[in-house]
Amino acid sequence: MTSPYGTESAAAAAVPDGAPWRRLDRRMLAIRPLQALFRAAVPLAVLLLVQRDGAIQQVVGLVAALLVVLAGMAHWFTTRYRIGATQVELVTGLLRRRRLAVPLDRVRSVDVTASPLHRLLGVAVVKVGTGSQAAGEHDELTLDAVSAAEATQLRGELLHRGARAEPATDAPRDLAPTPAETPIARLDLRWLRFAPFTLSGLVTAGAIVGFVANFANEVRPDLGGLGAVRGAADQVAGLPLAGVAVVVAVGLVVVVSLLSVGGYLVGFWNFSLTRHAGGTLHVQRGLLTTRAVSLEERRLRGVEVSEPLLVRAVHGARTVAIATGLSGGAGGALLLPPAPLAEARRVAAAVLRDPEPLATPLHRHGPAARRRRYTRALGVVTVGVAALYGAHRWAGLPRWPWIVALLLLPVAALLAADRYRNLGHALTGGYLVGRSGSVTRDTFALRRDGIIGWRFDQSLFQRRAGLTTVTATTAGGSSAYTVPDLAEAAAIRLADEAVPGLLIPFLQR
Amino acid sequence: MPGVGTIGQSGGVIDRVTLRPPRNLVSPRAVPYWRLRAAAGWLPVLVAGIVALVLVPERPAWAVALAALVVLVAVLHIVVMPQWRYRVHRWEVTPEAVYTQAGWVSQERRIAPTSRIQTVDTERGPLEQLFGLSKVTVTTASAAGPLWIHGLDHTVARQLADELTATTQATPGDAT
Repeated sequence: MTSPYGTESAAAAAVPDGAPWRRLDRRMLAIRPLQALFRAAVPLAVLLLVQRDGAIQQVVGLVAALLVVLAGMAHWFTTRYRIGATQVELVTGLLRRRRLAVPLDRVRSVDVTASPLHRLLGVAVVKVGTGSQAAGEHDELTLDAVSAAEATQLRGELLHRGARAEPATDAPRDLAPTPAETPIARLDLRWLRFAPFTLSGLVTAGAIVGFVANFANEVRPDLGGLGAVRGAADQVAGLPLAGVAVVVAVGLVVVVSLLSVGGYLVGFWNFSLTRHAGGTLHVQRGLLTTRAVSLEERRLRGVEVSEPLLVRAVHGARTVAIATGLSGGAGGALLLPPAPLAEARRVAAAVLRDPEPLATPLHRHGPAARRRRYTRALGVVTVGVAALYGAHRWAGLPRWPWIVALLLLPVAALLAADRYRNLGHALTGGYLVGRSGSVTRDTFALRRDGIIGWRFDQSLFQRRAGLTTVTATTAGGSSAYTVPDLAEAAAIRLADEAVPGLLIPFLQR
Repeated sequence: MPGVGTIGQSGGVIDRVTLRPPRNLVSPRAVPYWRLRAAAGWLPVLVAGIVALVLVPERPAWAVALAALVVLVAVLHIVVMPQWRYRVHRWEVTPEAVYTQAGWVSQERRIAPTSRIQTVDTERGPLEQLFGLSKVTVTTASAAGPLWIHGLDHTVARQLADELTATTQATPGDAT
């Protein structure tokens, strides 16, 4: 295949491992221009539809639209990739040629995403993750896009190099698990009951409110002029304030819950977690945009079970992978959406192939750590109350703010009690386990051989209380896993036992 | 909860084990360097204060008290912090590990095995060049794990970086 731009000569001439160059899927010739037109829709519509300067303006609009379409199509003509014996290469760009090469042994994950438009045309975007922590977007190798069948095949080529026998044509459109995969978990619709407690709908509701407010601000519809609206407004004004507040609160809860459930379905429909015999874990999910993430098991450094307060109240949790090559931020590391805690623990154990880390009893951190939880929680509120009282006494602030702040004291005490109750750590044969937090309680199990450094932090108050916060750093997940407020000797013992030998030259009796 | 309360109760020999500080101090020239930097940081506050003094005629009691407090904190910071920091900031490199200690009010110790080191950088800002100092940054594959040694004598820093780079290159693997 030769490019009409004749750009491939130089790059293609140097073929170290002889693999043929491949192109993106032809259907991108339609998708890219459509996406580009969609992004440029507003200025183009203004140019083409708003009559002001007549013909010249419309010609400019048409030319602009044509350029947008051509630029979109150019991506297909100028992009080539190949998978050689040692590396994946991608050459792209019309005016600024970029050449990306990723050594195959640095490939840690493959992320296959398909937006509704991509799915309609049977293609998918393939992102190759390399696990460079300094990675900006430019270091990620993205193939936008190849056919769904080829995406599946690429996943095999990139990750299961040892087990090349994988039949690629087996799963054409929906990336269904091949027989070589054993299921670990799949979506149970009863898990939807956890959705409202994630409050994910709050973000959507906020976005909708913001959009409507913005729209109303721009358009300024004369609502007062509409009889029905005015009637409703008069009726509301006639109701007692408490009644209106209750109705609004109930309405908000219902709307946020429905939005949360909808968001859960859109995000996690058809969710399944499987293990491939070639040594990879495979997560797929999504109702509209489908996402399939594959990661090498030997890049796995541990798992984290996360319980936000409300979800914890109904005994729910989600499970996240700690793996190099997954940034964790964009949800790529998710192993299980909000589900029953028992299920989250089972999945974590199955992923680690070790039930011990999440079943092991945790050591408490002792009375000094408990005192610190209380002094910190109550201290912050006390300072706030004092400041508000001072402002009331000397600066004319009303009385109620400091009285309301005073009511936060018992809340802070409850929070401190819960924070201490959740604090714990343990060491198993292969893992460092730690748990902390109250508003979100996180339990991590980090492979001891995945720990690549230690940090011991002490504030002035911690030094006085004889406490140390120990942090294990690792190449994956959120990079640092913290065991807060251990007695100094216990902290050193924990680090010394978790990674034998490292601390010995620096210890003294 | 089972498995409660192991800390500070066993009282055995191991409980008396402590992590000793790293062996090497940074350059004594780091003290005036930190002092100058702290003073430079307070300069905008000083300027803002003088401007307020000139422009605003009335001086309520609270404003005078606030100004006095700010001056006190600034003087303490400029006088005490550099000495304190100099006592805390320490480093040590063995064939197996890099060990640093830093901070003053809040203090931290960091340990990274040399086998996990990815890059070693030395860096000198304009102010550091004035004092012949360098900062050494040792990064690992963890985004949370760089080790910094501030205020090293420039020659020491260069030797250290060369030494660490040689050790790192001799170690196989991708350090994750």
